[in-house]
Amino acid sequence: MTISLHGLTKVFPGGARALDSLDLDIGEGEFFALLGPSGCGKTTLLRSIAGLETPSSGTVSIGGADVTALPPGRRDVAMVFQDYALFPHMDVTANIAYPLRIQKVPRSRREAAAAEVAGRLSLSELLRRRPGQLSGGQQQRVALARAIACRPKVFLFDEPLSNLDARLRLEARTFLKRLQGELGVTTVFVTHDQGEALALAHRVAVMDAGRITQVGAPAEIFHRPATTFVASFIGSTPMNLLPGKVAGDALHVAGAVLPAPPGLPDGEEIVYGVRPEYADLSAAPRDDAFPGTVAVLENLGTSTLVTLEGGGDDGDLLVQVVVPEGEEPPAGTAAWAVPRPGRALIYHGDRLIHPA
Amino acid sequence: MNAVRHALGRIASAVFLSVVGAFFALPMLWLASAPFDATPSITVSVPEFTLANFRAILDNPYALGSIGNSVIQAGGAAAVVVVLAALAAYALSRVRVPGRDVLLYVLLLLSSVVTGTAAMVPIFELATRLDLIDTHLGVILVVSGGLLPAAIFILKDFMDATPTSYEESARVFGASPLQILRHIVVPVVRPGLATIAVWAVASVWGGFLMQYILLRDPEKSPSAVILYTLYTEGGQPNLDLISTFSLLYSLPVVLMYLFVSGRYGFRFHGGIKQ
Repeated sequence: MTISLHGLTKVFPGGARALDSLDLDIGEGEFFALLGPSGCGKTTLLRSIAGLETPSSGTVSIGGADVTALPPGRRDVAMVFQDYALFPHMDVTANIAYPLRIQKVPRSRREAAAAEVAGRLSLSELLRRRPGQLSGGQQQRVALARAIACRPKVFLFDEPLSNLDARLRLEARTFLKRLQGELGVTTVFVTHDQGEALALAHRVAVMDAGRITQVGAPAEIFHRPATTFVASFIGSTPMNLLPGKVAGDALHVAGAVLPAPPGLPDGEEIVYGVRPEYADLSAAPRDDAFPGTVAVLENLGTSTLVTLEGGGDDGDLLVQVVVPEGEEPPAGTAAWAVPRPGRALIYHGDRLIHPA
Repeated sequence: MNAVRHALGRIASAVFLSVVGAFFALPMLWLASAPFDATPSITVSVPEFTLANFRAILDNPYALGSIGNSVIQAGGAAAVVVVLAALAAYALSRVRVPGRDVLLYVLLLLSSVVTGTAAMVPIFELATRLDLIDTHLGVILVVSGGLLPAAIFILKDFMDATPTSYEESARVFGASPLQILRHIVVPVVRPGLATIAVWAVASVWGGFLMQYILLRDPEKSPSAVILYTLYTEGGQPNLDLISTFSLLYSLPVVLMYLFVSGRYGFRFHGGIKQ
């Protein structure tokens, strides 16, 4: 089922504007991520699709039908909450079968359906347990099973992985992506973890202050962030965003002289972005590199994140570079960070102008 | 030297605790021994065993019936308090009402006045005009009114502690408000409801003043009021009957505690990952 939002606005009593005239189309069978920092409105957006929030204006359509005025129970959606919201007094079977109980499916049929879904999610051994007797990962699978059992048109997940510990989260992520692919049901999920959004989703919407800043496939969001906000938010190591100035056909950025893309007026202020992974470290001075002193080395396992300080005119800029194993510079030495050609992003007036 | 001081300290604390313990234990011992004593006094002694006191109390025309009256009044009040307090606490916990907390505190403050002596005259007047004097209903309504604010206050805490995601989850699956209340909220706050029910029964069971004032007819009086009438012809407290009736009077409440804690004991199976 497709989901369409038009001019969706939500103003809470007290004046907080959580959604600001937002338009969005989500395709059939798509795995769609709403990504943003806390307070950006992503959860309000998800809850508006579920019907748990009534928008101040605008419409929500599911499968082409306007559901803005429908209560949550009549929208044929299933939601998995961040805290899972499993009913503590019901065992796993009763929890999974609860949506069917509401639909007045006879007990024997709904218990059979619950057992079948539970089998698919490797919960067969746990059917008589109560939620309090399950681990976090098992609780999460029960919550998923309950959502699957009612065969909804749309799945809505609120931070589905955030309550799992780090290792389990990676396993659950792979599991969730495979499950969504097999079920083929349109799925919208909310996350503040950019890695999760990039890994799981077919498309990602990056949100900020109640608006969508950029929508696109993970690769597009990663390689061509539309604004410096998206650039700084996406990526496991934060992108270097350095102020610079156009001087003829060159850019002067943090002590480096770099080629300028055509069409920029002389003297304009720009922001030069390059990911630490897309820069190399040089021990010899170079004109097209950011100079600095090696200040911090952070071991990332197969690579090391090196922070250079002392770049720029007043010497307070930090530039980060990821270097491969075995090539770490000694701390305190001078080094030059060389951005790889073709990987740099140039922002003018907070809009991406290069690569065009 | 230190060891001696330590030993003395231990002895002193043991003596102190024993004395305090004795203060609590002696009345209980009296309650256990006096009813079986042929000549009970206000001291605790090994009884001269007899069951004659129980025969005597059964011959009292109002004694057994009064326990029935207590059951009706305490049970009725508990039912009224649990149902109304649960609905009110749920609403107050889930709906943002301006001045909600002030309302709760004022109610709590007033409840000590309503149950207390200060409002006695107007309550009696009101009960008279509504023809509620000498009725179980009158007692039930008046004592429930006194218990409700505190019950709402306590239950609201239980409701607040229940995550709204339980209800929202059920709502998304299509459950109606009544289904949510029946399937989710009531079972989850059951320990709270049991607490309130036990507390209401125990308060009404031990309540005297309201019942004494609102009921003229000894046929309708509860045990606590009847206990007050057990005097000898000479105007002395009849200790044979009082001790025996006190024991009978205590038993139902003790049984209720055992039943409730056995059945609805304070279990909570978390379904929310903290």
